[in-house]
Amino acid sequence: MPLLPQSVPLSWYLALSAILFSLGVAGFLYRRNVITVFMSIELMLNAVNLSFVTFSYKLKQVDGHIFSFFVMVVAAAEAAVGLAIILTVFKNRQTLEIDEISSLKN
Amino acid sequence: MDAVLFLIFAALAVICAINLVLQTHPISSALSLIGVMGSLAVLYLLLGGEFIAAAQLIVYAGAIMVLFIFVIMLLNAGSEHKVRKGPWVRFFGVPLLVAFLGLLGYAVQTVLPSGEGVRFGGFVQGKALDVGRLLFTTYLLPFEVTSVLILIAILGAIVLARKEID
Repeated sequence: MPLLPQSVPLSWYLALSAILFSLGVAGFLYRRNVITVFMSIELMLNAVNLSFVTFSYKLKQVDGHIFSFFVMVVAAAEAAVGLAIILTVFKNRQTLEIDEISSLKN
Repeated sequence: MDAVLFLIFAALAVICAINLVLQTHPISSALSLIGVMGSLAVLYLLLGGEFIAAAQLIVYAGAIMVLFIFVIMLLNAGSEHKVRKGPWVRFFGVPLLVAFLGLLGYAVQTVLPSGEGVRFGGFVQGKALDVGRLLFTTYLLPFEVTSVLILIAILGAIVLARKEID
């Protein structure tokens, strides 16, 4: 039996997608800088895109590519609005630490 | 050859993702995220998604990450301050995460039937021609709605960025 398979099993791609998603969740929970938290969300979106494209290969249909294209478009819109919100928060509070932005708490 | 390429770029993606979580300075995290996106683009190419790989590089690694780095530079964001974490987090956090990731990979590995694997050239309908044809026939309505979404996002970004909220 050869050390590496001739073709990559589909589950490897899905396992990679799951691992990247979990790392995104870990970053989302662990980091305290707003921008890094936001980048963790982008990482999660990327992981989901990978499984869309993988299932597109499995089913031999292009629809998965269209969905990941829409995810990219929505991510671009989300990044524009989210970063504008971060800019506004920083202008008013002079901080990027999410623990200090807690006016909604009480 | 496919497996070697997959392993190289999957390892690169995972290492960059771990680096993203561990770095305290946002610029280092942003550069790691660009690494993740670049290696994912190669994986899309291996899966036959030519158009999506190009869009990944142009839209994600190009446009969105430039926006992120622009904001980090504009706000002059420094590193996070160190906060002492509880003993529970310090001793059990990383082992639990590794165990969870291993379990997740194993679960995906066993649940999924290992039929035919992925080989380069096994799926060639991912070209811009096919994606565009489907986008402008079956998915025409979502595509047009997306343009409205982007218009709203642009207006929202402008309004949010220029007005002072008291």
